[in-house]
Amino acid sequence: MDFNNKVYFTIPIQGNWKILISQTTVSTLFVMAVLITLAIIVRMKLKSFKETPETTFQNVIELLVDTIQNFIKGTLGEKYTSVALGGWYFGVIVIIWTMNMSGLLGFRNATADIITTAAFGLSTFFILHYMWLKHKKFRYFKEYFEPIVVFFPMNVVSEISVPISLSFRLFGNILGGLILMGLIYSFPFYLKIGIPAALHAYFDVFSGSIQAFIFTVLSISFIRNKLPD
Amino acid sequence: MASISNEAFVLGMSAVGAGIAVCAGLGTGIGEGYAAGKAAEAVGRQPEARGTIMSTLIIGDAISETAAIYGLVVAMILMFANPLVGKL
Repeated sequence: MDFNNKVYFTIPIQGNWKILISQTTVSTLFVMAVLITLAIIVRMKLKSFKETPETTFQNVIELLVDTIQNFIKGTLGEKYTSVALGGWYFGVIVIIWTMNMSGLLGFRNATADIITTAAFGLSTFFILHYMWLKHKKFRYFKEYFEPIVVFFPMNVVSEISVPISLSFRLFGNILGGLILMGLIYSFPFYLKIGIPAALHAYFDVFSGSIQAFIFTVLSISFIRNKLPD
Repeated sequence: MASISNEAFVLGMSAVGAGIAVCAGLGTGIGEGYAAGKAAEAVGRQPEARGTIMSTLIIGDAISETAAIYGLVVAMILMFANPLVGKL
């Protein structure tokens, strides 16, 4: 059986460079379309939002935004939660959750591709170093040599392992679920009655939600650990 | 034994390696079970702190699960995207 990411067609650019339109691309574009449509709808309805919520729609949106923002503030601390950082991690948790859920609609989860998760992991890596440098100034360079100078290589390796462990955790969990679902779907038909539903509930809904939450909370914790109190 | 081709040997050994790689889940299973047992004890002692204990348990489990996930990823690479076959 083949669980690799199928490439539908390629667009050549120049020489050996080409754009691959694969299952991941399609599913990412679908998730983006859903989220952008939702964002536009919310933005259009924002004018009719009242001080005290009247409609169910406003209640749901406020509950979602409040819960996630309070959770980010609780993990990162009130002092460091800027609008940009809070908004970024709100976006990350929502898009990872939607990507994990897209398996329910028959898409190949975009997070089951190392490219997607590496992008999220690297973004956390760059934010971490930016925040670290911004808040610690010259102590940033000093902290690579702590507790003693000999620890420099260990400290560098532990910094490099942050995006790797973040991206591989999400990738491995989602790909594991995807492969198990693929095996179940290749069984004879009498094993495909009801069983896939329970497995989808576990691998897509439960595991997907947990992993989206874990990715965000670990990213924020890594950043928080580098900042002064 | 002399009749085994190089490809068959590499593929068979890759399958064995994949099986050994997922043994990384052994320690993770023991560790996570231990953590869950401790969390159950903590909930028994302090039922009102259930939410905090649960979220701490889930985050801790997710971190310790990384080792098992690495093993799983190595096994999957050996099974579905074997880099060794191309070197023959």
